[in-house]
Amino acid sequence: MSDASSDDSHVHSLPWPEQYQALARESKSPILKAFYESGCPSPDTPVSDVRLLAIDFETTGLDANQHSIVSIGLVPFTLDGILLTEARHWVVRPKLPLHQTSVTIHGITHSDIDKAPDLEKILEELFSYLNGHIPVVHYRNIERSFLDVALRWRLGEGIRFPVLDTMAIEAFLHPDRQPSRWQRLMGKKPVSIRLADSRLRYGLPHYAAHNALIDAIATAELLQAQILHHFSRDTRIADLWL
Amino acid sequence: MQAELIDIRNHMAQYQPFDEMADDLLDTVVASIEVVYFKAGTQILEFGAASSFLFYVRSGAVEIYRRSGELYNRIGEGEVFGQFGLLMNRKVRFPAKALEDTLVYKIPGETFQHLWENDDNFADFVEIEDRSRLRSALSRREKSNELMTSKVTRLISREPISAPCTVRLQEAARIMTENGVSALLLTDEEGQKPLLKGIITDRDLRTRALSEALASETPISEIMSEDLITIRSNLFIFEAMLTMLHNNVHHLPVMDGDEVRGVIALSDIVKYESQSSLYLVSNIYHQQDKKGLKRISRDVRDSFVRMVNEDANSHMIGSAMAGIGRSFTQRLLELGEEKLGPAPVPYCFMALGSMARDEQLVVTDQDNAMILDDSFVPEKHDEYFLALAKFVSDGLAECGYTYCTGDIMATNQKWRQPLRVWKDYFTDWIENPKAEALLNSNIFFDLDGIHGETEFAEQLKALVADKASTSQRFLAMMARNALNRTPPIGFFRTFVLEEDGKHQKTFNLKRRGTAPLSDLIRIHALACGSRAQNSFERLKAIGNTKLLLDDDLGNLRDALEFISIVRIRHQALAIEANREPDNNVRPEDLSPFERSHLKDAFQVVNNAQKFLRFRYNTQVARNV
Repeated sequence: MSDASSDDSHVHSLPWPEQYQALARESKSPILKAFYESGCPSPDTPVSDVRLLAIDFETTGLDANQHSIVSIGLVPFTLDGILLTEARHWVVRPKLPLHQTSVTIHGITHSDIDKAPDLEKILEELFSYLNGHIPVVHYRNIERSFLDVALRWRLGEGIRFPVLDTMAIEAFLHPDRQPSRWQRLMGKKPVSIRLADSRLRYGLPHYAAHNALIDAIATAELLQAQILHHFSRDTRIADLWL
Repeated sequence: MQAELIDIRNHMAQYQPFDEMADDLLDTVVASIEVVYFKAGTQILEFGAASSFLFYVRSGAVEIYRRSGELYNRIGEGEVFGQFGLLMNRKVRFPAKALEDTLVYKIPGETFQHLWENDDNFADFVEIEDRSRLRSALSRREKSNELMTSKVTRLISREPISAPCTVRLQEAARIMTENGVSALLLTDEEGQKPLLKGIITDRDLRTRALSEALASETPISEIMSEDLITIRSNLFIFEAMLTMLHNNVHHLPVMDGDEVRGVIALSDIVKYESQSSLYLVSNIYHQQDKKGLKRISRDVRDSFVRMVNEDANSHMIGSAMAGIGRSFTQRLLELGEEKLGPAPVPYCFMALGSMARDEQLVVTDQDNAMILDDSFVPEKHDEYFLALAKFVSDGLAECGYTYCTGDIMATNQKWRQPLRVWKDYFTDWIENPKAEALLNSNIFFDLDGIHGETEFAEQLKALVADKASTSQRFLAMMARNALNRTPPIGFFRTFVLEEDGKHQKTFNLKRRGTAPLSDLIRIHALACGSRAQNSFERLKAIGNTKLLLDDDLGNLRDALEFISIVRIRHQALAIEANREPDNNVRPEDLSPFERSHLKDAFQVVNNAQKFLRFRYNTQVARNV
């Protein structure tokens, strides 16, 4: 996430809807201005009334300052349905050379990359989905920080938004997921909060393929399951977002 | 559709009706999906609510209810629900509830409409109810075997050749030679029009005339076969084959009422069935010793696999295998009589269980018994019959029909008794029924005389038909036993999540499928006073009495056929893979098609058991 300058710290401590209003006033970029103006639901909104957007990035590495986004998958959803009609997937050209090992992981080849546009070219379309939605991710440190860095480079301005993090929810549900030495001796295995392992606990199917879109869908399904099992349709969105 | 959605597309492409859908149409479906998760126990569809989606189960299980709240169906991975509401008035007709945590793909009504208009296969699939689906699956399968789609009349190539039964031996032979036929029909010309009286074949001339050195002036009526086995002209070729197999005859007059349309011969049918099981049967009779029989018994499994691959139905395969088993038994008895000399008193060798029902497969043990003439004196005669029984039983074991673990064999003195003792046995079973005893004697209620004085067996069948239908206590007791084995319904749902599921990796298609079905069909047949032994024949007999509705009968027939054929295919696959065939099927080894239809079939068994319980429970209570 962006380093908070002293000017920003006041804005950054505001509740999200007010923060969006303030950021909309401050923002120079028309894209970001429009994003903040599309608003943020009030903290008391029941989660079932919130328009959500599951989003997943495939990246060349884990450090937003050194690595780049390779592909983006997203799908809008609510607790009542994940809309595959509006599912989108883009391959974008990373700033940094594609590391050989990453190529096999993502199933994206050099020729895919060569044909791919720079992220800047798809920003408008990307934001047409982001606007008015609360992003949902599995492990917030990837999507939020990579998008923030990428926008600083291209728009000269970072981005702030709340996220629902399905991994953080699993971490919250399994505080003692590392067994003690004694439990380990007894054969107890640590509880994995990785996406595929978390899904198993809810009877969700295994997806053979790995790409940003199917992972975004998998994340959306996981959030539906988590809320129905551990929270409720009426849970305040403020209790879930980070 | 986004190419990255291929995982979702691939899943659907495995299941009906999406498996045969055009690529672009399936792409449209995937692109239109809304994915929703339902926690176990949650209502998915409420009765009367607007129905705007077709639901596809991606994982988990769903229960569908009738309006009355009665469970109608269980839906699992790869299956759809909600189609009736979409087809009818866009109101939910069958409420649905998640039985397990379930992920569903909702296909919007507009997409459904588009598919329905553009894909006939899809339209047929969603319009047909489960059970009729089972029927159309079976008929599709049977269409591919010509034996089952062609009528016997197709085999008739000429007018029947006949002669009055007053002709002499030589004259008969001359007519046959002149006309180039291997069988001559003999008619009684006394009445207004000639009446079919008998038949004489090449083989008869050899075995009955030449080998006995009969005078050429002998009247043909002295050696012709009477009590003719015939077939009606509107039947299918496979039914002619069954008739030949069961009766071990090689010629069948085809009848239109009492008029003969023609004669069909074994060789006519063999043209349709390459490497026929009928060949194997005739080959059995050519063997001169046990060693020869043992040698050709290796062909039995090949013959079985071939029939499966030629898409024969279960009735054909079951009859063919029973016919083969019966022939082995008969030939062994002939060889035994040659070795030990003729029997001191008349006797009947009786097949029991699946062989008597014409429902034998390749994994089978021998179940048999002997009915001796009432003049039988144990001290004088039993040594002979024990030796004969032992000769046959050992021979059968060598040919792959293992000894019966329950010792239901003619070698057991208890099952080698004079006719009057057998009549006492049956009378006692029926008039003083005890559940435990009936469990063990169940198998005797499928019986067939296969050698010697088969009339003895017919007398027992008549006694059973006569007494059983009027003994409600007996029927109730049999019904209670028949309900001990239940179909593995719910298995597909609970298989993944069932708590003790680890031990339950297979299910037994015989114990949980065909056996409960033939049990309950037997009881209804006995209640109707039918003498039929084969389950399909029994269903026909039940139909004539209106004890069951035509619809229910049809469902039972389809269910029996489908479970049997899956079991048969399972065994054929094992044989081809050089594994020992058995009845234990792992659900994951079945195709989605088989899984889905097996479920329909098990549901039929389940309903039929419910009816049996309903019909006899009250009567048990009243009589006990």
